[in-house]
Amino acid sequence: MSKQANAPAAEHDLAEEFLDRSTPLSTIRYLLHRYPAISPAIVLIAAIAVFGSLNDRFLEPSNLSLVSQQVAVVGTLALAQTLIILTAGIDLSVGAVMVLSSMVIAQATVQNGLPAPVGIGLGLAIGLGAGAVNGFLVTRLNLPPFIVTLGSLNVFLALTLLYSGGATVRGGDMPGLLTLTGETFAVGGVNITVGVVMMLVLYVALAVILQGTAWGRHVYAAGDDPEAARLAGISVKRVLASVYLTAGAILAVAAWIQIGRSNAASPNIGIDLNLDSITAVVIGGTSLFGGRGTVWGTLLGALIVGVFRNGLSLAGVDVLWQTFAVGVLIIVAVSVDQWIRKGRK
Amino acid sequence: MSTDSTSRDAPILEATSLVKTFGRVVGLDGASLELYPGEVLAVIGDNGAGKSTLIKCLTGAEVPDEGEIRLEGRRVHFKRPQDSRAHGIETVYQTLAVAPALDVAANLFLGRELRKPGPLGTVLRALDKKRMRRQAKEELSNLGISTLQDVTVPVENLSGGQRQAVAVARAAAFGSKVVVLDEPTAALGVRESRQVLEMIAGLRDRGVPVILISHDMPQVFEVADRIHIQRLGKRAATISPRTHSMTDAVAIMTGAAQESVS
Repeated sequence: MSKQANAPAAEHDLAEEFLDRSTPLSTIRYLLHRYPAISPAIVLIAAIAVFGSLNDRFLEPSNLSLVSQQVAVVGTLALAQTLIILTAGIDLSVGAVMVLSSMVIAQATVQNGLPAPVGIGLGLAIGLGAGAVNGFLVTRLNLPPFIVTLGSLNVFLALTLLYSGGATVRGGDMPGLLTLTGETFAVGGVNITVGVVMMLVLYVALAVILQGTAWGRHVYAAGDDPEAARLAGISVKRVLASVYLTAGAILAVAAWIQIGRSNAASPNIGIDLNLDSITAVVIGGTSLFGGRGTVWGTLLGALIVGVFRNGLSLAGVDVLWQTFAVGVLIIVAVSVDQWIRKGRK
Repeated sequence: MSTDSTSRDAPILEATSLVKTFGRVVGLDGASLELYPGEVLAVIGDNGAGKSTLIKCLTGAEVPDEGEIRLEGRRVHFKRPQDSRAHGIETVYQTLAVAPALDVAANLFLGRELRKPGPLGTVLRALDKKRMRRQAKEELSNLGISTLQDVTVPVENLSGGQRQAVAVARAAAFGSKVVVLDEPTAALGVRESRQVLEMIAGLRDRGVPVILISHDMPQVFEVADRIHIQRLGKRAATISPRTHSMTDAVAIMTGAAQESVS
């Protein structure tokens, strides 16, 4: 009986050897597969070259500074999103959590007169709390992350409006610590905000943690093959819960950066950034099926979207066509990703 | 490697009269098993004979309702797979339970990563990748796995046999007392199955006792020192491949022949 079972397997062996023959194209595909940040890096460099040649103003320091500031908030949200997508999840509530957290930070200090560090601490607690709720629903009730965060997105938005009464808190009324993230300093003629630096620090920290600790490996393993991870003795649920908590903390930092960036805390700023964060992750080469991708890819993805929008508007392209272009970019990025995935022999 | 000499030692792993029911379905009906030091014990049986349930009880994936399990003479209670692992029993699953995107060394140490010595490891919890890679290489060459030179290759770039080699190497590296292989060649081709069989023989030669669950009679007769035949939730017999033929084994498996339990 076993002999018969093995017969088709022998053919399979032959097929494998056949596929082993590598062409230049398959070698490229293999490299892109092994180092997923290469393709977004190429796209970013190409985009900068094209927009730079189309319009001289694009590469001016003041414009580069603008791009970096535009990327700071969505880049931070996308970092949290990357962590969750690496576990084969998705978080539709990142924008809502950030807005809720920013309103709590602003109102606690301005309306309730609490010291600024306490306000930021409360904002952090909101982020962690939201992460705990999402994580609990995903790991304990075994609900799909898409459904959980679709629900919590609405809950957090409603809470934001109920809590703030729809009112915007102006940056001028806030203590300086809250708008610190919008302060700029010059590096070689380019004005960099504290918020951009905070975003970069978070990227470096998370990259080191993901690559250099057992927890990081378990995040990848849990998204890659949860059953294999479980059989290897990893508590997948605990890993997932910690991922949602960590993401929540990052969202609270995003809230702080957002306050500095727009010099205000408004219930209406940033709620539409959920999809932008997913866009950055996807363009950055992280697989929506989990286990594959890097935070640097996401940073490149966020920069690509920022460069596209900025470059197109400098070229005088209507904002609707900018959105159109980003949409095409997503579909191209995922198509390329599918093609690369076939590159594992 | 004579069966007769090893059988006289005390069993390293011993299950006595295990009973496990799933609702009204009886999975194990008083099943016993002994594994002696330095042997390869094959477990065969028809579908529904209780092989998997027996193995799951031994590895902590299921908890038996009745009966006892002894490891080196001491009674053990496994509630989760982690419990058996903590006692030095490692299991290789037929599903190639490795994380495809992680490299060979990372998979070998998955869930048991080594940290750097000193505060870098204890406070900052930094991984000691160099040490893990070096030990992974050593482990693979100890097992005679020559096809895996580069331990930094993601497992998804490996063939099925090489992936299973990683899983076997992981079990061998940490299974200090017993290695259990549950249909390790079920997903593999002919050539790859051969590699896994050679690794099983290699494990025995290193003195690690092995339990091999398999459907493949020629494989079983080639590599096993003794063959445990499971039938209707019980042990029907334990036979030696030297004194019994495949036909005998099939007859006992299907109930066409009786054999006294040795």
